[in-house]
Amino acid sequence: MARDLKQYLRPGVTLSFCPGCGDRILLRLILRAIDELKIDIDDMLFVSGIGCAAWIPSPYFNADTLHTLHGRAIAFATGAKMFNPKLKTMVISGDGDLADIGGNHLIHAARRNIDLTVICANNMNYAMTGGQVCSTTPQGAFTQTTPQGNPYRPIDLCKLVQAAGATYVARYSVTQRFALINSVERALQTRGFSFIEALTPCPVQFGRRNQLGAPADMLKSLVGKCVMKEDAENLSSEELKGKIITGEFSDGCG
Amino acid sequence: MAWRKVKSILPAGSYYFSGNEAITEGAVAARCGYYAGYPITPATEILETISVRFRETGAVSIQMEDEIASICSCIGASWAGAKAMTATSGPGFSLMQEGIGYAVMTETPVVIVDAQRAGPSTGQATRVGSGDIMQARWGTHGAMPIIALSPWSVQELYDQTINAFNLTEKYRVPVFLMAEEATAHLRERIDIAGEIKLFDREKKPGVAAFGTEESDGVPPMPIFGEREKLLVTGSTHDAYGIRKTDDPLTQEKLIGRLNNKIVNKREEIIEYEEYHLKDADIAIVCYGFTARSSLFSVERLREEGKKVGMLRLKTLWPFADRVISNVGSRVNRIFVPEMNMGQVVGEVVKYTSCEVVPYNQVNGEVIQPNTITEHLRRLL
Ligand SMILES: Cc1ncc(C[n+]2csc(CCOP(=O)(O)OP(=O)(O)O)c2C)c(N)n1
Repeated sequence: MARDLKQYLRPGVTLSFCPGCGDRILLRLILRAIDELKIDIDDMLFVSGIGCAAWIPSPYFNADTLHTLHGRAIAFATGAKMFNPKLKTMVISGDGDLADIGGNHLIHAARRNIDLTVICANNMNYAMTGGQVCSTTPQGAFTQTTPQGNPYRPIDLCKLVQAAGATYVARYSVTQRFALINSVERALQTRGFSFIEALTPCPVQFGRRNQLGAPADMLKSLVGKCVMKEDAENLSSEELKGKIITGEFSDGCG
Repeated sequence: MAWRKVKSILPAGSYYFSGNEAITEGAVAARCGYYAGYPITPATEILETISVRFRETGAVSIQMEDEIASICSCIGASWAGAKAMTATSGPGFSLMQEGIGYAVMTETPVVIVDAQRAGPSTGQATRVGSGDIMQARWGTHGAMPIIALSPWSVQELYDQTINAFNLTEKYRVPVFLMAEEATAHLRERIDIAGEIKLFDREKKPGVAAFGTEESDGVPPMPIFGEREKLLVTGSTHDAYGIRKTDDPLTQEKLIGRLNNKIVNKREEIIEYEEYHLKDADIAIVCYGFTARSSLFSVERLREEGKKVGMLRLKTLWPFADRVISNVGSRVNRIFVPEMNMGQVVGEVVKYTSCEVVPYNQVNGEVIQPNTITEHLRRLL
C-alpha cells in the first residue's frame, strides 16, 4: 500500500542523506504516520537542532519548520507550544543533540509533561561532525574519538525520559516499520510529552568504523539485535547481551 | 498599520515602583505575550513579578531550566506570534550568547533585559557594574549590529521597556535593555500615561520572510500556524529561508543586510540628551546610573560658573558616532566615567579627535557625584 508521500515534501529540495542512512527511512515512516492520522501538515510545527537527523524536517518537510541550535530544539519548541498550544509540535533530532548537549532540556520538558512529540534518531554517534562518540554509543564501540573502543556504558534514553515523567515513551528501530509508524501515531495522539527513540543505522560513520558491513548488513544486524520488550521478559541476562529492547515503555494513550 | 495606540494596562497616574517592577509593568503595557527566565540577582524580581502579573493578563510566563532555554524558548514563542522577553544578569547573559546570535541571524524580535552586576564570573551578585556593554554588541560569534538601550531611572526602565518592544518588532533584531543593579533595585516615583504607542510586526502572507529588495530592508515577519510553510534557520539562508551554506553571495548579501538594516537606520534609532553643552569646555559622555551622578556634578559646577556639559547616551548600540563627533568638535575635552574598565570610552575615542579622559570604577559601587566633580576640577 504505497502512499504518495511527496505531497509532504518541500518542492525543489532533494534528499541528501548518505547511502544507506536510516534517517531516510525514518523520514518516510514519520510522514506515513502523519498521513495515516490525516493530520493537516500545515497545523504542525517541526523543530530540530543541528545534525544529520535535524535535516529530516528541515528543509524537507513542506510545513512550518524551525531549524535551531545544537541541543536546544526542545527549548525552542517549548516556547512556541506554550504560546500557541494549537501548534501540533514535533521535535526531530539526533541522539547527540537531544541527549548529550541538550539532555537537560529533554529531562525538563518530560518533567513538565509539555505536549510535544520528540523523535530522537539514535545512530549511536555524532554523524554530521564525522563520527565521534555519543552518550548512546555501545561500550567498546569504535568511533573517531574512541579509537580504543568506548570505555563508557551507553545511556538508556527511554528509562531517563520515563523517569523524568514523560507520558509516552517507546523505542523502535527503523527496521520495525509498522511498529514505528504505529508508535509515531500514538505519540502524536498523546496529550503530554511523548518520546520515541528511533534506532537508525549510520553505515558511513558508525558502521564503517565497527566493521558492520554494507548498509543492508547493518539493517540485518539491527533486525537481529532488536527484541520486543514482552519477549525480553523471558530471556536471561546472558541471552539479552548485545540486544536492544524495543517496545512501549510508558503508554499514555490508554 | 504597524503603529497603534493602546491603553496602558495600569490606570494613568503616579506609582512608586522598583526598577524591576517598572520593567514588568513596561512589558505588560507593551503586550508582551511570552516571558521565560531563570532566577538571578539582580533580575530575579522581574521573573517573580511577571509570574504574578501575566496570570492576571493572560500572557504566558515560565521559569525555564537555564538561561539558554530561556532565550531559545523566547525565540520559539516569537515565531509563534508572541512579543517575547527574557531578563537576566551577567552569568545568564553569557549563557544566552549563542541564542542571541540565532535571533540576529533569523531576525527574531526578542527583548533581553540585562540587569548588570559586578563581574566577571559570579563576581558580586548584589553589587552594581556596567561591564556588559561590549558583550551586548560583540558577545555572540560573528557579531552583527543589535540595539542596546541604557536607562537611568525607574521611569525610563518602564518607558524603555516599551520602546525596546517597539524597536525589536520594527527592526527584527534583538533589543537589549542594559539595566544596572542600581536602577533595578532603586525605588522611585514614576508617571504612567493612559495611552501608549505600540509597533506590531508587519505580516504579509506569501512574502519572503528573510530578504528585501533594498540592501538595508527589514522583511515582513510571518508566524507559525498560518500555512506559510516557514523555513527558519540559523544557517545562512536565502530570502525564503533555504539554506545556502557554501554560497559566498548569499552569505555576503544576508550579512550585509543584517548590518545595514541597523547601521543605515541609526539616526532614527538613537536617542540621547544634552545638558549645558552649548558653551561647554568639557563634556561628560555618560549613560545609565552614572549619568545621574554626572548630572548632579555638572549642575554643581555650573553654579560655580564652570563650563561643563554632559551628553547622556540613551542608546548605546548602534553607537551615536555623529553626535560624539559633533560634541568632540565643540569642546576641549571629553570625560567618560564608567562602571567598568573602559568600554564606551573606546568608541568615543574612535569618533573624535579631542582629548578623551576615562574614569573607571569597578568596586561594585556607583560612582558618586563628588568623585566626578573632583576629577572634573582637575581637568578644568
Ligand atoms: C554548540 C555546538 N557545538 C558543536 C556543534 C557541532 N555539531 C554539529 S552536529 C553535532 C553532533 C550531531 O550529532 P547528533 O545530534 O547525534 O546528530 P547526527 O548527525 O548523528 O544525526 C555537533 C557536535 C554545533 N553545531 N554547535
